[in-house]
Amino acid sequence: MNACFERAFASRHTALILLMVLLAVVLPASLDIFRLNLVGKYLSYAFVAVGLVMLWGYGGILSLGQGVYFGLGGYCMAMFLKLEASDPVSTRIQSTPGIPDFMDWNQLTELPLLWKPFRHLPLAMLAVILVPALLAFVLGVAMFKRRVSGVYFAIMTQAVALILSVLIIGQQGYTGGVNGITDLKTLLGWDIRSDSAHYILYFTTVLLLGLVIHACQWVQQSKLGTLLLAMRDKEDRVRFSGYDVASFRTFVFCLAAILAALGGAMFTLQVGFMSPSFVGIVPSIELVIFTAVGGRMSLVGAVYGTLLVNLGKTYFSESFPDLWLFLMAALFIGVVMAFPDGLAGIYATSVRPWLLRRRTAALVAAPVPQDGNPASP
Amino acid sequence: MSNTDYLLAVEDITVSFDGFKAIEGLNLYVDQGELRVIIGPNGAGKTTLLDLICGKTRASAGTIRFKNQEMTRMAEHDIVRAGIGRKFQTPSIYENLSVFKNLEVSFPRGRSVLGALAFRCTDEVRERVRAVADEIGLTGSLELGAGLLSHGQKQWLEIGMLLMQDPELLMLDEPIAGMSARERELTAELLARICRNRAMIVIEHDMDFVARIAHKVTVMHQGKILAEGPMDAVKADPRVIDVYLGH
Repeated sequence: MNACFERAFASRHTALILLMVLLAVVLPASLDIFRLNLVGKYLSYAFVAVGLVMLWGYGGILSLGQGVYFGLGGYCMAMFLKLEASDPVSTRIQSTPGIPDFMDWNQLTELPLLWKPFRHLPLAMLAVILVPALLAFVLGVAMFKRRVSGVYFAIMTQAVALILSVLIIGQQGYTGGVNGITDLKTLLGWDIRSDSAHYILYFTTVLLLGLVIHACQWVQQSKLGTLLLAMRDKEDRVRFSGYDVASFRTFVFCLAAILAALGGAMFTLQVGFMSPSFVGIVPSIELVIFTAVGGRMSLVGAVYGTLLVNLGKTYFSESFPDLWLFLMAALFIGVVMAFPDGLAGIYATSVRPWLLRRRTAALVAAPVPQDGNPASP
Repeated sequence: MSNTDYLLAVEDITVSFDGFKAIEGLNLYVDQGELRVIIGPNGAGKTTLLDLICGKTRASAGTIRFKNQEMTRMAEHDIVRAGIGRKFQTPSIYENLSVFKNLEVSFPRGRSVLGALAFRCTDEVRERVRAVADEIGLTGSLELGAGLLSHGQKQWLEIGMLLMQDPELLMLDEPIAGMSARERELTAELLARICRNRAMIVIEHDMDFVARIAHKVTVMHQGKILAEGPMDAVKADPRVIDVYLGH
C-alpha cells in the first residue's frame, strides 16, 4: 500500500509543481502584461473550479450557483476599494461628497450601514471569507439536513444565483445596479491599475491558488476526503456508520464557497470592477463547464480546464462572437459524453501510459552505457 | 414504560405507509448476547422492523428502547453511536475504496468534521483493521479495491465494517443471500464467533442456516408476530407451517 500511496502522492505533487512552474515562470516570461493580466483573471475563476472539484467531484454535490460566492467575495473587495476611491476630495462635485458615485446618483445622502465596515481593509478581507461562508452554511444546513440532493439541490442553487443577481440589479443605490462597482483605483494608496501592480497581483493570485490546491489536496488525503467519496457512492452506509452526512456536506459546500470568494476578490483586484454579470445563472454554469472540461476529480486539471476554455472563449468570441455560446455548449456536451473525467481523465488513461511505455522502451533500448558513451536513441 | 433488563425492547410499535400498516402493535425483546433470527414470508415486515430500530423509518406509534434509552426520535448517526449496527440486504460497501480504507473509515473515531480532518491512521487503528480483516477472512485482500471482491466477500466486508464499530447490537438483513454452500458455512461460523460479546438480530430465509445459528426464532406475518421461541418449537407450530414453512 505504501508504495502505491507514495506514488500517488508524488504524482500529485509533481502535477502541482508543473502547474506552478507554468504559471509563475513560463507564462510571465512569454506573455506581455496585458495577456498576463488576462490569465490572472482566468485564474481567479480557477479558484471556483478547484472548489467545484471538492464539492462536485469529491462530494458528489453539483452546485449551479457558485457565481453567487464568487460574486460575494468580489463585491466585498470592491466595496472596500470603492470607498477608498470615493474620498471627499475626488468626489467633491457630488451633492454628497465622500460616498460612492452611484449612491449619489441614486439620491442617497449617507453611507448605508451595510457599507460602513468596508472602510477598513481587515474587516473587508474578513467579509470576503465570512459572508459567503455564512450564506453557504445557512443554505447547506437548510438543504442537507432535509436531505435535499442531486438535481433538486442544483435547482435550488440556481434559484439563489437568480435571486442574488436580481437583488443586486434592483438595489441600485446600494450595489451600483447592473453596472456593478466600477472605477476602482487604489488599495491603501497603491495604484492597482499600474503594470507593476498587475504583475504583483498576478503572482499573488498564482501563489494563493497554489496554496489553495495544496490545502485541498490535504483535505482529500484526510479521512474527510475518504468520507466524501464514500458518501457520494453509498450515502446510507456512511450514515449508518455513525456519521452525520449533512454536516460533512455543509462543510464541503462552505469550503467551495470560500474558495470561490477568494477567486472573486482576486478578480476584483486584477480587473478593477465587479458586476452582477458574474453572479447569475449563466456565469455559474460556465464555472461548472470549466471544471468538467478540466476533470472534476482533479484539482490541477480544473485549473487547466479553466485556462483552456477561457483561451478558447477569448479567441473564438473575438473571431466568431455569435458562434461562441454554441461552441461552448457543444464542448460541454462533448466532454461529458466522451470524456467524463475531462482533460485529467484523458491524461490518466492515454497520455501517461504512453509516456510510461516510451520511458520503459527507452530504458530497454539503452540499458547501460557500454563504452563510456551514453547510448543515443 | 418500565425499565427492563433487555438490551432491546420494542413495544407496541406501529408503522403505516399511506394507511397500509406494515407493522402493527409489535413487541420484541432481545437479551444481551442473544442471537435472534427473524423469519417470515415476503412482505411480513422483517426489513421494516430493522429500519425502525436503526431509525431509517420512523414509527407511527410505540417505543423502541435500547439499554433503556428511547430511540424513536434519535438521529440515525446517534443510534449508531449508541451501539446499534445495521447491515443492509444488498452488500453496501465503498466499491471505489480499498478493503483497508473501507474498514478504516468505519473505525469509530473522528466522526465529526474536525475530527475527520484531524484523524490519523495510528497503529491502534491499523491493528484493529487487521484483527477485523482476520475475523472476516480478508487479511490477504486488504489492498484490493473493494469492488473486486466476490459477492460473499463483500457481505463479509460489510459485516467487518460493522465490527470495526464494536456494536452491542448487530442487525443483519439476509447475510447469506447469494452465497455458495461453503461461504454459508463460513458465515455461520463467523456469526457464532462474533456473537460471543454482543446481541444480534438476523433476518434469514434458509431454514438450515437458521437452525444452525439461532438461539431463538421470531416468525413474522403481515406485520405481526406469529410465533416466537426455540427453533424446534417454532417449526412444529401449525400456524407457522401454514403461512411460511408449508406442509
